[in-house]
Amino acid sequence: MIRLERRPEPSRAWTAATPILAVALTMLAGGALFAALGKDPVAAIRTIFWDPLFNEQFAAYSRPQLLVKAGPLILIAIGLSLGFRAGVWNIGAEGQYIIGAICGAGVALALYPAESALIFPAMVLAGALGGFLWAMIPAILKTRFNTNEILVSLLLVYVAEQLLASMALGAMRNPEGGGFPGSRNLQQYPSAHNPELLANTGMHWGVVAAFLAVIGAYVLLNRHITGFHIRLAGEAPKAARFAGVRPNALVVFCFGVSGALAGLAGLFEVSGPSGQISIDFNVGYGFTAIIVAFLGRLHPLGILLAGLLMALTYIGGELAQFMLGLPAAAIQAFQGMLLFFLLAVDVLTNYRVRLGRGEVAR
Amino acid sequence: MNLSGISPEVLIAALMVASTPILLAAIGELVVEKAGVLNLGVEGMMIFGAICGFAVAVETGSPALGFLGAAAGAAALSMLFGVLTQFLLSNQVATGLALTLFGLGLSALVGQGYVGVTPPAMAKLDLGPLGDIPFFGRVLFGHDAMVYLSLALVAAVWMFLNRSRAGLILRAVGESHDAAHALGYRVVAIRLGAIAFGGACAGLGGAYLSLIRVPQWTEGMTAGAGWIALAIVVFASWRPWRVLLGAYLFGGVTVLQLNLQAAGLAVPVEYLSMSPYVVTILVLVVMSSGRGRAALNAPASLGRVFHATT
Repeated sequence: MIRLERRPEPSRAWTAATPILAVALTMLAGGALFAALGKDPVAAIRTIFWDPLFNEQFAAYSRPQLLVKAGPLILIAIGLSLGFRAGVWNIGAEGQYIIGAICGAGVALALYPAESALIFPAMVLAGALGGFLWAMIPAILKTRFNTNEILVSLLLVYVAEQLLASMALGAMRNPEGGGFPGSRNLQQYPSAHNPELLANTGMHWGVVAAFLAVIGAYVLLNRHITGFHIRLAGEAPKAARFAGVRPNALVVFCFGVSGALAGLAGLFEVSGPSGQISIDFNVGYGFTAIIVAFLGRLHPLGILLAGLLMALTYIGGELAQFMLGLPAAAIQAFQGMLLFFLLAVDVLTNYRVRLGRGEVAR
Repeated sequence: MNLSGISPEVLIAALMVASTPILLAAIGELVVEKAGVLNLGVEGMMIFGAICGFAVAVETGSPALGFLGAAAGAAALSMLFGVLTQFLLSNQVATGLALTLFGLGLSALVGQGYVGVTPPAMAKLDLGPLGDIPFFGRVLFGHDAMVYLSLALVAAVWMFLNRSRAGLILRAVGESHDAAHALGYRVVAIRLGAIAFGGACAGLGGAYLSLIRVPQWTEGMTAGAGWIALAIVVFASWRPWRVLLGAYLFGGVTVLQLNLQAAGLAVPVEYLSMSPYVVTILVLVVMSSGRGRAALNAPASLGRVFHATT
């Protein structure tokens, strides 16, 4: 008989090994899934994980895309990880991402066609503020009325999506767009454009912000009392109360930071790679970032790596769609599978697996 | 704007149809939560049920078989959650989210060949002379079997939880799994049963959307219905009849805003479309603020990991 025995503290070796094990298991199960769809599993896995980086034909296009896709994922996941560590569940990052983009783009569109070096910084501020305020709705409802923050933050995603549609079709529609939905393209508005900073690297200000967020989160968690409170609240809630941690302040802090970062991710996306507010502007980064946060073990450096890996599955998925005719949904299922395997093998971090019958209870 | 086109009897009849998917999913989740398990994967199970039911109904030509297939498919998916949370002791919030993300992807994958297909229609239940009663005939007796089944399910769940020994045991497991374990009840087995029941109900709800309410298959067609079902369980403070009230309230808002859209109310369509979500949030706030009454009624072991040490 197999028994589980709780470890006195989580195993460090397994903490590092489980994400790798989960990725390996996902590749196996994903290969089986692709085979069931009638595709060569080895070719599919190679197209997703290898070709975007090393295939001579595609790498020139794919490599820059890696940072473009990883930037928002890392930025959002860093914010979410703080809350997840403290047991504060913000799962509405997708909505905060949308609102950040709307607020940031709103500033640019209101000032069009003025040119000034101050416009882009103002947009950045507006994007962060938009995401922050949208996240404050579940946070304040939680602290004031004890409303479940998981449900409220998630339901607000649907509200934000409707707001996005309304903006793309109404208030922010391009007056010179011939009646098509969607705003002006910010890529053609120099003061508002978030350009590629180094040619052919995919590096833009959002990626810079993501790296800064990784460093900031690392310092916060390891060198700052707030980071200590976050960890304490998650690992030992009772001890946290004795240590003087105010749970409400923590909820507001975690939601505020994750909302602002998600808002920033939205702003950098709308002013850069995407370029405009359109109905289908959001592509699910806010939800994928949840997977990134867990895959990175809620650790800033882990999230950096996990974000890059997840970006790779996006790019490789597109490539596999194009080369092998693999359906887009297969990649979505693949990413979901990864989170499942991750949570499943996590048992090894916190428990020892024992074979044979247990001792008689004393 | 022309409000005279909205007739109350059509409105109430449409309300019952609009509420049924959420009612089914919510009553299933109620049982799961009463057993002390928080399954946030309702949305994923619902959409997987929607495509399973749709596929089976199209392939066999029988909506009834479709509903069976939906229940079986979603229950099977819920067992992924069950194994992870009950045997591998994973965090229930994270696992539920994973179930939703995976369910959305998997359903889109399965549903590729079914976009634009029309499912076989489900016959309205012929209740004979009852259907000819003015007003009530149209409102109460002109529906398909699933509407009545969902109402029967609410009654059955109430009976089970409050009037049966098995229901008492299930509630005991949800209130204190350690005490229930010490009394010799099989906590994990009972919880797995509850999770499977919740999955089957969510699947039925999803299939009701794809086979009757819409009726068509589109990716992401549940559009948050699973999350609203979760909110309705909180709104109902874990009582079956209040789940019915909550679901019909939500259905009412949905139908009303659709009718206002059709009547051409001078408010942009998007703002009307977001109203069901906003109303759900407002209701949640009201319910949870009243001196924590709703919170007091929550099963005490809700969402906690059970690990038997002996």
